[in-house]
Amino acid sequence: MNVSSILKVAFRELARNKARSMLTMLGIIIGVASVIAMVGLGQGAQRQVEEEIASMGTNMLVVFAGSRKTRGWHGGIGTSPTLTPEDIDAIVRECPTVALASPNVTAPVSLIFGNQNWTTRAEGVNEKYPQIRNWPVASGQFFTEGDVHTAARVCVIGQTVAEQLFPGLDPVGQTLRVRNLPFRVVGVLSERGQNQWGRDQDDVIMIPYTTAMKKLLSITHIPRAYISAISPRATFIAERQITELLRQRHHIRPGQEDDFGVHNLTDIAEAAEETNRILTLLLSSIAGVSLIVGGIGIMNIMLVSVTERTREIGIRMAVGARTRHVRLQFLIESVVLSLIGGLLGIFLGIGVSFALSGMFNWPRLISPLAIVMSVAFSVAVGIIFGYYPAHKAASLDPIDALRYE
Amino acid sequence: MQHPADVRCDQPTRRAAVPVVRLEHIHKVYHLGEVDVHALRGISLEVYPGEFVAVMGASGSGKSTLLNIIGCLDRPTRGKYFLDGQDVSGLSKDERADIRNRKIGFVFQGYNLLRRTSALENVQLPLLYNGTPTAEAIRRAQRALAIVGLQERAHSFPNQLSGGEQQRVAIARALVNNPSLMLADEPTGNLDSRTSIDIMSVFQQLNAERGMTILLVTHEMDIAQYAKRIVIVRDGRIVRDEPVKNRRDAAKELAEMPPLEEEEEAVI
Ligand SMILES: Nc1ncnc2c1ncn2[C@@H]1O[C@H](COP(=O)(O)OP(=O)(O)O)[C@@H](O)[C@H]1O
Ligand SMILES: [Mg+2]
Repeated sequence: MNVSSILKVAFRELARNKARSMLTMLGIIIGVASVIAMVGLGQGAQRQVEEEIASMGTNMLVVFAGSRKTRGWHGGIGTSPTLTPEDIDAIVRECPTVALASPNVTAPVSLIFGNQNWTTRAEGVNEKYPQIRNWPVASGQFFTEGDVHTAARVCVIGQTVAEQLFPGLDPVGQTLRVRNLPFRVVGVLSERGQNQWGRDQDDVIMIPYTTAMKKLLSITHIPRAYISAISPRATFIAERQITELLRQRHHIRPGQEDDFGVHNLTDIAEAAEETNRILTLLLSSIAGVSLIVGGIGIMNIMLVSVTERTREIGIRMAVGARTRHVRLQFLIESVVLSLIGGLLGIFLGIGVSFALSGMFNWPRLISPLAIVMSVAFSVAVGIIFGYYPAHKAASLDPIDALRYE
Repeated sequence: MQHPADVRCDQPTRRAAVPVVRLEHIHKVYHLGEVDVHALRGISLEVYPGEFVAVMGASGSGKSTLLNIIGCLDRPTRGKYFLDGQDVSGLSKDERADIRNRKIGFVFQGYNLLRRTSALENVQLPLLYNGTPTAEAIRRAQRALAIVGLQERAHSFPNQLSGGEQQRVAIARALVNNPSLMLADEPTGNLDSRTSIDIMSVFQQLNAERGMTILLVTHEMDIAQYAKRIVIVRDGRIVRDEPVKNRRDAAKELAEMPPLEEEEEAVI
């Protein structure tokens, strides 16, 4: 008994009851479609998180003043006078896993150029900052180590500041006033856009941290520093090394709490990954449940079909169909049913994920693995839930089947 | 009717040959709850190649039960059954399916054709289960349809065929695998008398021209008289077994009839 003749019968039977076949497939269709759509969307969302994390910086850690308990690492301007630029120098010098570091102080400032003025945020950093944050300048240059050393009044401005203060003008070489002090613009940063909390990252002016500390804020401590480890894996070692070094430098006794914090941004990536894992697990269970429900639908309809076609089964047996011939025929019919449902579900799922990714502006991702898995699961559902009806058909007694009205 | 060379049985060699069917003290008991129905009570029977046997008896006498056992659809409760010399009384379900496929051709009262399936595909059905390549299966099915005079209706569906035509398709299906034995259970039971004679002419011709061994169940004496031998069953026992005297010739009777009725019958 060749497969093509079985398939012919299978399609004829399914086509005969189009509405019924369609309704039967619905469970599988919905199950597979939601898997395809959700996996696609989940991956799109993950891709976006990954891009955001990459845009934060390279293997980045943030060291901040004050304990985790008293203030968060992003909790405003660090007022705990516990972290100094010398600490950061020591970190670069003594932690082999640290590649780059930059102290960071922040101050709200008003800028004036000619008759234009603009209020923004000044970031005091060193010359390594563009490398740490993966944020190159678009024109001009970043300020130099010498500028940092001499606390020079130079600045690099973000795209938004450039547009606001220098419309139609090349800002490089111009002098603007920061809190009424003249600063020479040496470069303009490339455009960065909004960060994940919706803040315009281009609305910024960068100046040497030394200048910010001495001339704008008159402070000797820093609230935080950005640190780049030599590799993603090294961030965890760096975290430990920095903690040890700072505890030593700050004379913190064992058992006593840190007066600083080290935040590993790789944690965010891990958290995102964890979220994704949980999401995937959740989706898989939803998919599993809908596939089981779909399978039960298929089993139900196959049982109806076996009953309806009892006489046909009897005829086939009378002319010599063996048990396995009958079983194979009904198994193939249920697999065809679930497989068509699965394929329709894949198309529906792709359609839905395209529509949704368009709505949320996520990257469109179709997971080939999800498609292969969907097909495999559809076939598995067809076999598992088709087996009992097929077995029932195959175990019929030929005489009883022939007599069935 | 055509006479293709490959659908042919040897001419009967009578009692010298191995019997196609040899039943020894066959009993069949159905258990209906508390009650045992003794459908067959010790049937012994031999049918030789080329014979045309009619099994006669009242309703409930056990004819169908006997036919189902001979056709390997059912198993005897007791007794031995040899088909073509092979003991088939103890075969498994699948082994009996193979025997039915290779050695038995069934014709039923209700035709038992697959609906929504063309005459040609219906006739091919037995070949589907023995690995005959599709092209050859189609050729053989066409030949079998030609033998019963229905080559023109190969692509018609059962609901487009008259009762007589459907029964001819069923006969074609029964002979497509060139079986040792053709079994028919009240094949004319659903047909009017004219069409019944028509179907009996097909059986007579298969028996005469191809030496097909035929065992036919009927409760009508005039149908039994187209056979060569009559076995009368009563209460699960054979009460008479004799050659047919004054055998009827269906083809001759048809030739003598006016053709009008046939025209009417062919209209669906
Ligand atoms: N499957 C069955 N279960 C119980 N009794 C049966 C079954 N088949 C036939 N019988 C009984 O066996 C007897 C013979 O039946 P059957 O062979 O069909 O007779 P016939 O074909 O001569 O009319 C009847 O009494 C009938 O009721
Ligand atoms: Mg009967």
